[in-house]
Amino acid sequence: MRLMVNGVAHDVDAPADMPLLWVLRDLLGMTGTKYGCGMGLCGACTVHIDGEPRRSCSTNVSVAEGTQITTIEGLSDDASHPVQQAWAELDVVQCGYCQSGQIMAAAALVASDANPDDAAIEEAMTGLICRCGTYDAIRAAVKRAAELGGR
Amino acid sequence: MRTPKAGRPDSTPSPETAGNSAPSRRDFLKTSAVAGGGLVIAFTVPGAKRLAMAGIVPTGAFEPNAFLRIGTDDTVTVLLAHSEMGQGIWTSLPMLIAEELECDWSKIRVEHAPAAPEYAHTAYGLQATGGSTTTWSEFDRYRQAGATARAMLVQAAAERFGVTPSSCRAENGAVVADERRATFGELAEAAAALEAPESVPFKDPKDWTVIGTPRMRLDTPEKTTGRAKFGMDVQFEGLLTAVVANSPTFGGSVRSFDATDALAVPGVRHVVQVPSGIAVVADHFWAATEGRKALKIEWEPGRAASVDTDALRAEYLELAATPGVTADEAGDVAGALAGAATTIGGEFSVPYLAHATMEPLNCTVRIGSDGCEIWTGTQFQTPDQGAAAAILGLAPEQVKLHTTFLGGGFGRRANPASDFVSQAVHVAKAAGAPVKTVLTREDDTRAGYYRPAFVHSARLGLDADGRPVAWDHVAVGQSILAGTFFEAMLPENGIDPSSVEGLTDSPYLAEFPNRRVGVHTPDPGVPVLWWRSVGHTHTAFAVESLIDEAAHAAGRDPFEYRRQMLANHPRHLGALELAAEKADWGSPLPAGQARGIAVHESFGSFVAHVAEVSVEDGRIRVNRVVSAVDCGIAVNPMTIDAQLKGAITFGLSATLHSSLSMKEGRVQESNFHDYQVLRLSGMPAVETHIVPSTDPPGGIGEPGTPPIAPAVANAVFALTGRRLRDLPLAL
Repeated sequence: MRLMVNGVAHDVDAPADMPLLWVLRDLLGMTGTKYGCGMGLCGACTVHIDGEPRRSCSTNVSVAEGTQITTIEGLSDDASHPVQQAWAELDVVQCGYCQSGQIMAAAALVASDANPDDAAIEEAMTGLICRCGTYDAIRAAVKRAAELGGR
Repeated sequence: MRTPKAGRPDSTPSPETAGNSAPSRRDFLKTSAVAGGGLVIAFTVPGAKRLAMAGIVPTGAFEPNAFLRIGTDDTVTVLLAHSEMGQGIWTSLPMLIAEELECDWSKIRVEHAPAAPEYAHTAYGLQATGGSTTTWSEFDRYRQAGATARAMLVQAAAERFGVTPSSCRAENGAVVADERRATFGELAEAAAALEAPESVPFKDPKDWTVIGTPRMRLDTPEKTTGRAKFGMDVQFEGLLTAVVANSPTFGGSVRSFDATDALAVPGVRHVVQVPSGIAVVADHFWAATEGRKALKIEWEPGRAASVDTDALRAEYLELAATPGVTADEAGDVAGALAGAATTIGGEFSVPYLAHATMEPLNCTVRIGSDGCEIWTGTQFQTPDQGAAAAILGLAPEQVKLHTTFLGGGFGRRANPASDFVSQAVHVAKAAGAPVKTVLTREDDTRAGYYRPAFVHSARLGLDADGRPVAWDHVAVGQSILAGTFFEAMLPENGIDPSSVEGLTDSPYLAEFPNRRVGVHTPDPGVPVLWWRSVGHTHTAFAVESLIDEAAHAAGRDPFEYRRQMLANHPRHLGALELAAEKADWGSPLPAGQARGIAVHESFGSFVAHVAEVSVEDGRIRVNRVVSAVDCGIAVNPMTIDAQLKGAITFGLSATLHSSLSMKEGRVQESNFHDYQVLRLSGMPAVETHIVPSTDPPGGIGEPGTPPIAPAVANAVFALTGRRLRDLPLAL
């Protein structure tokens, strides 16, 4: 099947029920998207499918065929996306493992909501787990990203 | 991780090794030229072979290596002897070097050092990250690396300029003398040819321009773009992926298995038996997990096959009613309790907890004809290297261990049993191919090496004026050190220091003239390990809940009562008073909210939290935490802020959500739906404050965790009148 990932077409030979996460990581070698739980419980695997945040660990690759998939590698060429800028400005990351998913979820939020309030941030981000304790910084960084222009 | 420090009654590492003395030992420092030009500074660590007797520290000739490499392109590469797992040493260790080196901060590059004897921990004697020790244990060594390099660069510049070294100064990556200027890169080759100086004095702390200033993380670019490589992200041509079917109960083994169906799954290459179970080795993770579902295995139950955590708790409570082995005793506790005007206390319990790092455990192994390469996120390079070498019949130096970024550690990746590394080595060996062995989230949750479950039973007696009279305390729980290569570190009475740290050394306990602490150390066969702040996770909960209860029984304000008890402990007091002041302790809160306070020393630092809580739909909600720390010299205030917030978050998961249970030996929880952790919706606003200090640095990764559970429990008492003694707290 053919997948469009970050604007580039890839032909992959994968079973229809193989999760998109493992196609991205193990077949396409794009390891920015992370495995955390495999059940859509932690959000580390979040990517955009046609602009919507999706848990790639529990999305069959067949569902993604014919869509535009965006991963952390495709968010910007140079860490210039407003969410990445905000994350850097506010020194959000710690171990960093969950941050690809956090950033992708935040990017989808600020793209759809130019001025997300606390409730909107909570709704969009509470499905993503961070064990290091960056939640406080994430809340502030999402607001900063919105100020920087969402996109 | 606990500090294996022989001869100390407590397990808390002392920052006493940190200081401002200059290096003077000629043999402490050696330099050598490095291929490609440049200056390499390396140190040996005299007398740091504390664990050589246990046979785990590689011995042999000094191998020149580096904490610091200055390239001819002006880059300054700092090699970390410790593992970056989120705690920020990727930035703070380079700060120590930069302070003395006078380099251009923008030219700093950072790498994990290889596993090698010269990177042994200055206190532990083996390469490891844990016990909140990195900053204080490297405070001198990394500054020395910078100071010595600077002196040699200055010397090289002086020779080039034809002036005396004293007329040159290093600044911002160059050496200047009047109108002459040469960058570090231009001087690197000449500096590498020089003899290392006999002694280089450190800068006076009043001249520091880096230490104590906020510095942004240096690992942000790769961690916001997906480029950061964690162990899970290791890939190369020919690498296979494995998952292992492990015994459903601890200590069990394979009786028989049938791999026929598993081998028929597309992508599955091998099914091999290893000591821990049956490994399915495949082209990729998905095929490996699909193959594992098709395995048929009969298991031989192990000694923990009947463990039931409800029954265990009842057993621990029974034990807690008996004296146990004496850890501390003074006066006549029974007589004084009988004569006390007021008696308070009760039974506290905490469950087993998984570390649940966001990156599940994994390890990649490639075995060659004359050695082995390992890529993994580990906190325990030396033991892991030794374990791999033993399995393969190699010398440790034939095992090349690459430390990747760690997707969280919290102690789980510092395992004396080297469980996930050993398993991966066995899998690669049996498969005859390079293999990345991965634990799924479910495997990771059920793999053991938990924070041990504990029960504390305590009675405190007060006189008619509320003053302390008697404290009778019994703690019941597993030893972390028993059965490991650290067992030799256990004191004669057999009490694991991690069972009583934060209790027997509590300044409150010493205020009770009649006291006894007893300990029982049962062994139900569940593997246990250090979990961020280790024994303090439960001792601080018991101790700070008890003191709060005593304050209320005495009719005193909990903050004022603590101030009085801690009058001779200025660092406790400093943190306590700063947190109370910033939280506006005593001021009214809106209806339905209340504050609780707790202060605790661990890992050489002192942390106080004030928690503000409310109850919504019968559930405890923490709205705000105001935190103050005295961690000695604050190397990077941004790191300290982040680590306090992280430690609070980690502790709040244990305070409100997380618990592992076992029935018939099987762990009941498996993933984040039933092993719950704090999420963003439950995250309080957190405010952190640092007590100004010139004391040597203490730890910061762990000390914020112990006082959060009691601060919240004490707030719940203030709000509801209910004294909750079991974690996670539930109304």
